Amino acid sequence: MSAVLLNDETKKVLVEPLISNNPITLQVLGICSALAVTSQMSTSLIMALALTLVTAFSSAAISAIRNHIPSSIRIIVQMTIIASLVIVVDQILKAFAYDVSKQLSVFVGLIITNCIVMGRAEGYAMKNPPLESFMDGIGNGLGYSLILIIVAFFRETLGSGKLLGFEVFQLTKDGGWYDPNGLMLLPPSAFFIIGLIIWGVRQWKPEQNEKVEFKIMPIAHGEGGHH
Amino acid sequence: MEAYISLFVKAVFIENLALSFFLGMCTFIAVSKKIATAMGLGIAVMVVQAITVPANNLVYHALLKEDALAWLGIKGVDLSFLALLSCIGMIAALVQILEMILDKFFPALYHALGVFLPLITVNCAILGGSLFMIERDYNFGESVTYGVGSGLGWALAITVMAGVREKLKYSDIPAGLQGLGITFITAGLMSLGFMAFSGIQL
Repeated sequence: MSAVLLNDETKKVLVEPLISNNPITLQVLGICSALAVTSQMSTSLIMALALTLVTAFSSAAISAIRNHIPSSIRIIVQMTIIASLVIVVDQILKAFAYDVSKQLSVFVGLIITNCIVMGRAEGYAMKNPPLESFMDGIGNGLGYSLILIIVAFFRETLGSGKLLGFEVFQLTKDGGWYDPNGLMLLPPSAFFIIGLIIWGVRQWKPEQNEKVEFKIMPIAHGEGGHH
Repeated sequence: MEAYISLFVKAVFIENLALSFFLGMCTFIAVSKKIATAMGLGIAVMVVQAITVPANNLVYHALLKEDALAWLGIKGVDLSFLALLSCIGMIAALVQILEMILDKFFPALYHALGVFLPLITVNCAILGGSLFMIERDYNFGESVTYGVGSGLGWALAITVMAGVREKLKYSDIPAGLQGLGITFITAGLMSLGFMAFSGIQL
């Protein structure tokens, strides 16, 4: 079984989206929820799991019927499949994890318009067989999860001194030394952290750098001429 | 009347869809390179939002809500779990119809906004607006106000963002931060600015 699962193509679609073709930092897909749910680790984990499953199953389903979808109505067909899967996820969350479902509020529903799901359906599943599409969905879901978990890690530990509700740094108000950084719990911090992650990844893999539109000419005299 | 005005101000500034709920971020980042295009997309979003939120409100209250089918004589039916499917279907259908109407009767407007319309179906700000409307249980009047206000807020945010980015391309940014990275950090700073409105009590 493992030999079938891990041939070159499956391995490629599973591993590549993690860093070298990450849906968030390189393909710029699915950012909305990546920013909104990351102030706590628990909500991020649930969101990551939900998105990975929806992407994988919707890719597999769309790929299975790809030869029967007329191309003029394919967006509607994809939307319907994705929306049905999201309704299932939403109902399961409401039944078994009501608190988390309340915290995530509309963001579970917004998985429907999460560009990762649509993007993979349109870009990969419409052209490839179900098993590879399923793996591609899992891979992209994991790439998304990775960023979500990193962002949530920084936001929750620095913002409230806790991780998954357990104390990491003892707060000053409880007699400890750590003064929580309230900014980390507010929306802007998510932008900063993702921006810095992108910078970090691109320092490590310079081939992801974007083409410069305007080259700044070095100044002949004075400071600033040493570019 | 005052309630509507405060809801409008809240939707535009305090609860700005783009900068405090991060909705429609994909297009917000991708289409904010030029002011003219950003403004076009912003207006398109505003128009679609102003139509879809009230339309979804009507569908939800007339068909899906618990006991909403009472006017048909059917009692005890709760179809609210279908809200997600009906919202996205409604949005896709309305965008398609809008595209056809513009093409037929307002060709000039169609050429200006036409390219953005398909993008709007998958814009989370549109679906998000409808879902917030359901979650907060707005009535019809409130949903019209909220639709226009939240659309305007999004349009405002993307236009401002495009203005900043037009200047930003002339600045000397480290290679790895060029493009996407610095855009995120700029969006973060703008979001900080919008946080200032959150102290306003309405």
